[in-house]
Amino acid sequence: MRQRPVPLPAVLLLAASVAAGCTTPTTPTADGGPAGTSITIGDGSEPDTLNPLLGFGEDGVSKLYDGLVEHNADRSLRPALASGLPTATPDGRSWTVGLRTGVKFSDGTDFDAQDVVATYRALRDPAYASSLTSDYAMISDVVALDANTVRFDLSHPYAPFPHKLVLGIVPSEKLAQPGPLEANPLNTEPVGTGPYRLAEWRRGERLVLEANPDYFGGAPAVTKVTVVFATDDNTRAQRMSGGEFDATVLPPTLAATFADTDDVTVITHHSADYRTIALPTHHPVTGDAAVRLALNHAVNRQGMIDAYLGGKGVPAYTPIPPVLPEFVEPAATFSYDREQAERILDQAGWVKGADGVRARDGVPARFTLMYAAGDAVRKDLATAFASDARAVGIEVSLEGLGWEAIDPRLGQDAVVLAGGRPFDPDLTAYPLLHSSYAANGYNNPGSYANPEVDAALDAGRHTTDPGQRAVAYKQFQRAYTADPGMVFLAFLDHTYVLRDRWQGYQEVVDPHTHGLTWGPWWNLPSWTPIS
Amino acid sequence: MSAGTASRGRGRAVLGLVGRRLALAVPVFGLVSVGVFALGAISPFDPVYQYYGSRIFTADEADVARVRAELGLDDGLLAQFGRWAGGLLSGDLGTSRSLRQPVAQVLAERLPWTLLLVCAGLAVAVLLALVFGVWAAWRQGGWLDRVVTAVGHGLEGVPPFVLALGAIAVFALGLRWLPVAGLTDAGAAASPGQVARHLVLPALVLGVSQSPWLVLHVRQSLLTALAEDHVTGARARGLAEHVVVLRHALPTALLPFVTVLGARVPELVTGAVLVEEVFSWPGVAAAVVRAALAVDFPLLAALTLLATAAVLLGSLLADVATALLDPRVATDG
Repeated sequence: MRQRPVPLPAVLLLAASVAAGCTTPTTPTADGGPAGTSITIGDGSEPDTLNPLLGFGEDGVSKLYDGLVEHNADRSLRPALASGLPTATPDGRSWTVGLRTGVKFSDGTDFDAQDVVATYRALRDPAYASSLTSDYAMISDVVALDANTVRFDLSHPYAPFPHKLVLGIVPSEKLAQPGPLEANPLNTEPVGTGPYRLAEWRRGERLVLEANPDYFGGAPAVTKVTVVFATDDNTRAQRMSGGEFDATVLPPTLAATFADTDDVTVITHHSADYRTIALPTHHPVTGDAAVRLALNHAVNRQGMIDAYLGGKGVPAYTPIPPVLPEFVEPAATFSYDREQAERILDQAGWVKGADGVRARDGVPARFTLMYAAGDAVRKDLATAFASDARAVGIEVSLEGLGWEAIDPRLGQDAVVLAGGRPFDPDLTAYPLLHSSYAANGYNNPGSYANPEVDAALDAGRHTTDPGQRAVAYKQFQRAYTADPGMVFLAFLDHTYVLRDRWQGYQEVVDPHTHGLTWGPWWNLPSWTPIS
Repeated sequence: MSAGTASRGRGRAVLGLVGRRLALAVPVFGLVSVGVFALGAISPFDPVYQYYGSRIFTADEADVARVRAELGLDDGLLAQFGRWAGGLLSGDLGTSRSLRQPVAQVLAERLPWTLLLVCAGLAVAVLLALVFGVWAAWRQGGWLDRVVTAVGHGLEGVPPFVLALGAIAVFALGLRWLPVAGLTDAGAAASPGQVARHLVLPALVLGVSQSPWLVLHVRQSLLTALAEDHVTGARARGLAEHVVVLRHALPTALLPFVTVLGARVPELVTGAVLVEEVFSWPGVAAAVVRAALAVDFPLLAALTLLATAAVLLGSLLADVATALLDPRVATDG
C-alpha cells in the first residue's frame, strides 16, 4: 500500500509555523524581581577567577568572601572576620588580630585562625604560584596564637598594613595540597563566608549570586544578583535602556544619555585611577630631567579631561589623588604653561631646529610612546600628549601595541600606564616611584631614582603616626614635582547608571579595578528595595 | 556468488575500512597536536600574562619568575610537550590556564551545548537542503529554482559571522522577536523553554550558513537522477509526478548527499566557532578563541583534537553509510 507523500508546501508551512512558535515576541523586563529582591548588573569585564589568592577581590568587597577587615565609605576600616581592628607593636612589625567566632563557610565548615594562616601562608608559598605574592611581600610569617587570634610578623614596619587585610579568607581545607592554584577548585566554585554565594557562573555570559541566609552581618535584602558580561559599551547602554539591566558601568558620554531617564540615576565616582606617561630615565631624551619637567608644564591636563573624558576626571600631577585630602600637598602641581616649558628646554640646551623639533648635541628631541592598543582612553591621552609635546618642540611617535610587545621595551620607550588605590598613598606611590622597584616589571618602569623621594616614601611607610605620615607624603610630593619622573595626566572618574529601586547606596571612591566588587554596588549587601 | 556471501564480504570490507581509518587517525592526532604545540611555542603571547591578569602590573619580577618556574613555563618545548602527552595517555587532559579549571571539566560543561547547537544547525541545514533542493529541481527553471540558485550561490560567499550579525540586527534588535545572545535571559534559569528560545537564532544562522552547498547539491543530483532511465521508465508507466520525484529519483540523488554531509563537517566546526562567539553561546567552540589568545595549550590542544576527531568521524560515517547503501562503491584500501 502506498502512502500519499505530504505535499512540499505543507512541509514548508509546518516548518514556518514551528519557527513562528519559537519566535513569540517578548518585552524584556528588568530583573527587579518581586519587590526588588533581585538585581541585574551589566559589567564590561568578567573576572578570570573567583579565587582571592589569584586576585579576586584583592581590594575587598568581593561579595563572596570576607577579609579580616573591610572599608567604610570614607576609606576607614571596620572589622569583618576580625573581632576588632588589628593592633601593632610599637615598632610596627607585628600585628595581632582577634577573630570573630561562630562564622561558617558556605560549605558548612567553621572559620577559625587556621583558615587565616593557610590563606596568608599560601600567598607567600611559591608552590601555590599565587599572583598576589608581590603585594604581600612584607609578611614574613603568620601564626595562630590560639583558635581565634592570629599574629602577622612583618619583615619591615609597614604602616598601611591593615588595608592589606581586606583580602578574602578561604577555607584551609581547600589549600591542603600545595600546588599551582590554576587548577584549584576555588577558581570556579568559591567557598567563602561572604554575604553572597555563587549560584551559577556561565563563563563569558553571566554570574548569579544568591544571598547567604546565615551571613554573620545579617542576610542581604537583595537576595539574587545577576551579573551579565557585555564588553561593548554601546551594547550595555542599549540593554540598560531596554530594561534588561538595573545597573551598569558606562563611559561618561554614554552615561550622560541617561540623565533625563525618569527612573535612572547617573552616578559619578571619583577614583584613584590614574593615567600616566612613564618616561624611561635611561633614554637620551627623556633621561634629561629638564625634558621631563618641561613636558609636565607642556601638557594641557584639563583640556584632555574635557575633550576625551567628558569632563569626568581631575588633573593628576603626582600619584597622590585629591580623594586623599589629608595627604595632598596643594603646591605640588605643574602649571599648564607652554612658554615656561620652552624656557626650561632652551636653558637646558635643547635648541629648536628648522623643522620645529629641538635637538641637543646632535640628539633630536624624539622618543616613542607605547600604549595598549584597544584601550580608547589611553590612545586618546597618548595622542593629546604627543600633540602637546610637539607644540614645545619634542616629537613623540605613538605605537599602539599588545602588552606582549610592550613588555620587552619597558625601560627603553615611554608607555601609558594606569593604576591606583584610594586607601593609602603608599599602595600606589611606593612601587611606582621608589628606586628599590626600578625596572622591576611594571613597577617604576622608567627606573626613576631620587634619594629625597625614596626617603619620604620610606618615612611614610615606616611610621604609623598619622600626622607624621601626612608630613612625609607632602614632602614626597614636593621632592617629586621638583624632579618629576613621569607625566601624570588625570585621575579618571568612573560613571555608572542605576535604576531607582533600592535604597542604601553610598558614594565611595573607586580603586583602578572595579567591576563586580567596587562601583555603586560595593555595599549591595546593605541595600533594601524601595517598596 | 550468492547474495549472502556478497553481503558478508561487504560487511568485512566495511569493517576493514573502519579499522584502516582508525589506524590512520593515530598519526593524524599526533601530527595535529605537535602542530598546535609548535604554533603555541612561536606565538608572541606569554601565558604568564594570562595567569596574572591585571596583577602583572604590580607584580615583582622575581615573583613572576618563580610562578613561571612553578607552572613549568620555562621548561624546554619537548619537556612541556612530553608532560602533556604523558598526561593525555593516562587520561589527564591537563588544566586550562585561561579558564582556570581542569580541561576535562571544561569539556564536560561546554560540550553538550555545542552538540545541541551543531545538531540543531545540521538539522536546519538538512531540512533546508531537502525542501529547497527538491523543490528547485522539480520546478527546474521556475522562479523558485532561480531564486534558490541565486540565493544559494550568494550565501556561499557570506561568512557565518556576517550572517550572524545581520540576523541579530534584524530579528533581535529590529523586530525584537528573539533574544540577542546568551543561553538564557539575563536573570533566568536554564529551563528548556529559555534555552529553546535562545537556540533558535544561532541554530538558524549555523544551519543557513551551511545550507547553500547542500541545497545546490541536492538540486544538482536530483536533476541528474531525473534524467536517468528508471525515472523515465516510471514516468512512462504514468505514475504521479510526486511519486516519480520522491520515490524514484530522490533515493538515488540522496546517496552522494550523505558523502557531502560528511565532508561538510570541517566547515560546520568553523561555523560553530564563529556562531558561538557572536551569540555568546557557552559551548566549547567559543572557548577556542579564548584559549588561542591566551596560549592556553592544554585547552587548545584538546579542542583541536576534538575538532580533528569530528572531521575524521564525519568522513568515516559518510563513507561507511555510502558503502552500506550502495554496493557499487569500493571501500578504500
